[in-house]
Amino acid sequence: MKSRLNSLIDALLPVLATLAALLVGAVMLILLKVNPIIAYKALWDGAFGSSNAVAETLVKATPLLLVGLGICISFRGNVINIGGEGQMIIGAILATWVGLNFTDLPGWLMITLAMLAGILGGGIWGGIPGMLKAYFNVNEILSTVMMNAIAVQLMNFLLRGPMIDPAQAQVASQIPQTARLEEIFRLPRLIPTRLHLGALIAVILAILVYILLWRTTLGYRIRAVGENLSASKYAGIKVQRYMVLAMLLSGAFSGLAGATQVFGVNYRMITDGSATGFTGSAGFNGIVAALFGQLHPILTIPASILFGGLLVGANTMQRLVQVPSALITALNGLVVVFVVSSEIWRKRRQRKRQMVAQQKDNPPLRPEDKQVNPMETGA
Amino acid sequence: MISDLFSITVVIGIISSGIRLATPYLYASIGETFGQRSGVLNLGVEGQMLLGAFTAFYITLKTGSLWGGVLMAMIVGALMGLAMAYVTVNLHAVQGISGIGFYLFGLGMSNLLFQKLVGTVETVQGFPKIYIPGLSNISGIGDIFFSQNILVYIAFLLVPLAWFVLNKTNLGLMIRAVGENPDAADSLGVSVTRVRYFTIILGGILSALGGASLSIGLLNVFQQNMTSGLGFIAVALVYFGGWRPWGVLGGALLFSMVNSLQLWIQVLGIPIPSEIALMMPYVLTILVLVASVSRVRSPSALTKPFERED
Repeated sequence: MKSRLNSLIDALLPVLATLAALLVGAVMLILLKVNPIIAYKALWDGAFGSSNAVAETLVKATPLLLVGLGICISFRGNVINIGGEGQMIIGAILATWVGLNFTDLPGWLMITLAMLAGILGGGIWGGIPGMLKAYFNVNEILSTVMMNAIAVQLMNFLLRGPMIDPAQAQVASQIPQTARLEEIFRLPRLIPTRLHLGALIAVILAILVYILLWRTTLGYRIRAVGENLSASKYAGIKVQRYMVLAMLLSGAFSGLAGATQVFGVNYRMITDGSATGFTGSAGFNGIVAALFGQLHPILTIPASILFGGLLVGANTMQRLVQVPSALITALNGLVVVFVVSSEIWRKRRQRKRQMVAQQKDNPPLRPEDKQVNPMETGA
Repeated sequence: MISDLFSITVVIGIISSGIRLATPYLYASIGETFGQRSGVLNLGVEGQMLLGAFTAFYITLKTGSLWGGVLMAMIVGALMGLAMAYVTVNLHAVQGISGIGFYLFGLGMSNLLFQKLVGTVETVQGFPKIYIPGLSNISGIGDIFFSQNILVYIAFLLVPLAWFVLNKTNLGLMIRAVGENPDAADSLGVSVTRVRYFTIILGGILSALGGASLSIGLLNVFQQNMTSGLGFIAVALVYFGGWRPWGVLGGALLFSMVNSLQLWIQVLGIPIPSEIALMMPYVLTILVLVASVSRVRSPSALTKPFERED
């Protein structure tokens, strides 16, 4: 009974962290002379107020969940993948290339191939930093950040040059975007909103990632390497291979996220010259969602919906009460800080529980026995 | 056109703007060096730079006082550092991740404040170039070394200063001890907590100064997300420089020179796509990381929270 209460408190910590962040946000809103109740009501209505709002929230949540699933894998393997943005971009580039070039194929086959191309692209872009970490000891946080910057330039180059929409190439504006995908090559919509098949795929994948991490040898080894590197080495696990695999899989999920953005939402690849212009920062916000879901693939589903809702609601808030949606970016940052900070209480309680359990197994010694420990004296 | 690249004016131009561009990296990287030498990875540099850049810009815009802007930016940086220190030192939060949180916070906050308080693109009169009498007239060298604004000079003076503090003072010894073997340092009576608070707050101040050097020294405007990854590169340069101030200087110069070269390639109209040119500094950084990381060992306690064993 008590352990159930404890795990309930553990599960509630991120919720408390979010409430704390919203409270800080309320103070900021008051300082900006905006009534926080009105602002947060606009946020809520924008995110969950109507069936259309909910659908938009789910559309925004889809890339967060996909990136977040990859983060669950890599962070569990103690590989800190910050490269979601770049991996999304490369995945989207490959998928778009397939979508624009193999137009003879039947729709379902083309979509499948394009999604696989996205997975491949993201996997390569994640695998490179993975190899650099495993075999050259290059810090993956830094290399993934560099890979993000390289991906952005590659995207700008292709979308302004070889892959540019022929219509754009002829006019002076030259917006960096590709041609539109033909209608039969788009991800089907689930209900008459913008909600597309990608959302369903993401939820199914969440279950598969859960199985991968806790029901397969591969998942077990990735987690083992993450939890105790030297012990894993000692146990004969080829740790380098599993580091690369963790990064590769993580990148593959981000790549798929990029591909679904093109095939499910925009029907073309488009940017404003920045990473965010294409990804909407999903590569970063996916990390936030995964951490919020305690790096558990199933818990990452509601977490993604929450953050998707915040993003959609932020736009409504901006429109109705003139609070820049940047406020939500700042609050997301605070949520991350609060969640990782609150870990210490979870760990402390865990330690206390272990101590209690130990005492139950080995009842405390009588005071006179405590003085002399036979092991120490060698008696 | 390619041959233009080697004319003396262009070479001087490349070096001169390379030195200017190195300034924000130097501030942030030197600050990060102190943090990492004491065992703390601060990934929130980018957020601290953005808030510093905005604060300096805003104060200068409203009061006309450049030094007031610098001072306020330093205070904001110190506060960000203080928060970071509490979270990493007292609460043992995972440093790589809490840093991302601080980055997002700084990104959102600076953007929010800019939209609410300024709104449109405005420029300020930044720090003027200082022509050092006599020296600035020397052809070539004068343009490169003796005709920069004050924040550039301070940044370059920070390098020997940081080297001196880290290697020749008691404080530096404590910082290095805490980063290499916190248990031993603790048993000798060094307060791990206090040393790390000091280095993280110092890092916050210097990162904010780096931001200020952009918004009221180099570009004289503020735009949302104007650092665009600069703070993350500053962190990479610390690894690149092997955690030594002179190494960091070398890395910052190499990176900014390649960046400057890339700008000149576009100015001269050399037919390399600008995007490919823009990629070069990042590709180069990865390559140098591959080459250098295996040589130099990182501080042993880097990213490990300290807990006294009872």
